[in-house]
Amino acid sequence: MTDILDVARRQVLDEGRGLSASQVLDCLNLPDDRLKDLLALAHDVRMRWCGPEVEVEGIVSLKTGGCPEDCHFCSQSGTFQSPVRSVWLNIPELVEAAKETAKTGATEFCIVAAVRGPDERLMKQVREGVAAINAAVDINIACSLGMLTQEQVDELAAMGVHRYNHNLETARSHFPNVVTTHSWEERWDTLRMVKDAGMEVCCGGIIGMGETREQRAEFAGQLAELEPDEVPLNFLTPRPGTPFADRPLVEGAEALKTIGAFRLALPRTILRYAGGRELTLGDFGTREGMLGGINAVIVGNYLTTLGRPAEQDLELLTELEMPIKALSKTL
Amino acid sequence: METTTYCDRCGRPDADGPHDACRAARAMEPPRYCPACRRRMIVQVTPLGWTARCSEHGETRG
Ligand code: SF4
Ligand SMILES: [Zn+2]
Ligand SMILES: [Zn+2]
Repeated sequence: MTDILDVARRQVLDEGRGLSASQVLDCLNLPDDRLKDLLALAHDVRMRWCGPEVEVEGIVSLKTGGCPEDCHFCSQSGTFQSPVRSVWLNIPELVEAAKETAKTGATEFCIVAAVRGPDERLMKQVREGVAAINAAVDINIACSLGMLTQEQVDELAAMGVHRYNHNLETARSHFPNVVTTHSWEERWDTLRMVKDAGMEVCCGGIIGMGETREQRAEFAGQLAELEPDEVPLNFLTPRPGTPFADRPLVEGAEALKTIGAFRLALPRTILRYAGGRELTLGDFGTREGMLGGINAVIVGNYLTTLGRPAEQDLELLTELEMPIKALSKTL
Repeated sequence: METTTYCDRCGRPDADGPHDACRAARAMEPPRYCPACRRRMIVQVTPLGWTARCSEHGETRG
């Protein structure tokens, strides 16, 4: 039988063609004693097709909590008994957060709102926020505001929002077990509109929501079909009060396998460490992932939970001799 | 006079412990409940910090 990593070496490393879903599954099914080989190959693929730079991003919640949707992992859903209360960030605080983020060397700042999709109040806040940040800080602005109408897509593109985040979260076949208030296809439609409008697409998900390995592979295949510019990978941190509160953490080795396999499915994509890596991987695993296909990080805190100190990530990048990607603002 | 204090993660009285899991989790989370009155606080997380506000007992930062 041909070894999947030999196949991947030719197909992905040499030719730049990502693995299919069934090939990703073969990687996920590799025994633990092949993990090192998988990560080494994923790292080679990342270096060959993306280069050594690491994209650093900060994220902030513009509108927290009280979301009408029921994503079962989310502490910001208003449909569960979560301790997270609703709150809005004002414009001066938003600009301050962007400044803090830029000081870490980050080139990306993502403004996030816990909504099904933006209403006029939110669009106004985003409009004013983007203008105020642009006037004060040199940083690329991304947004994550849920499902959009065509008009909203066009307006965000016109504002100069350079990337839009909207996660498919999980495989299409698993999505109904995670969200019941909207469909995977509705998310897909927003992503297509964003792409067609010329904004960069950021689309990832959460590993560890009860999906099978087959479904993880399916998800990688679906992301590859979308061809996003960036894929943020989260690992579930079970939030009190949510339906997924009692789920176990993903095991470190399994998480690393997923990182390596996703890199082989998406050779040219920015693959970002997002939430949950601190608990799932710890410091040692975080380093292994950086040497196993990851080429971007969220520094500092997340939306409702905390990250490890930004300096710790920046020191790690220095140690690994991975330069922080410089700002290239496309106007 | 005895005053009850509350776990800032789960909101239950400190005396109803143990809250070891809460304390461990708090390393990666801001507080959610006011330790003095157990009200749910209004919490804003930013990239490099957080603030938590109780309408009765004011603001804490981290
Ligand atoms: S739409 Fe976003 S904020 Fe709302 S419940 Fe789902 S994940 Fe949470
Ligand atoms: Zn507690
Ligand atoms: Zn109080």
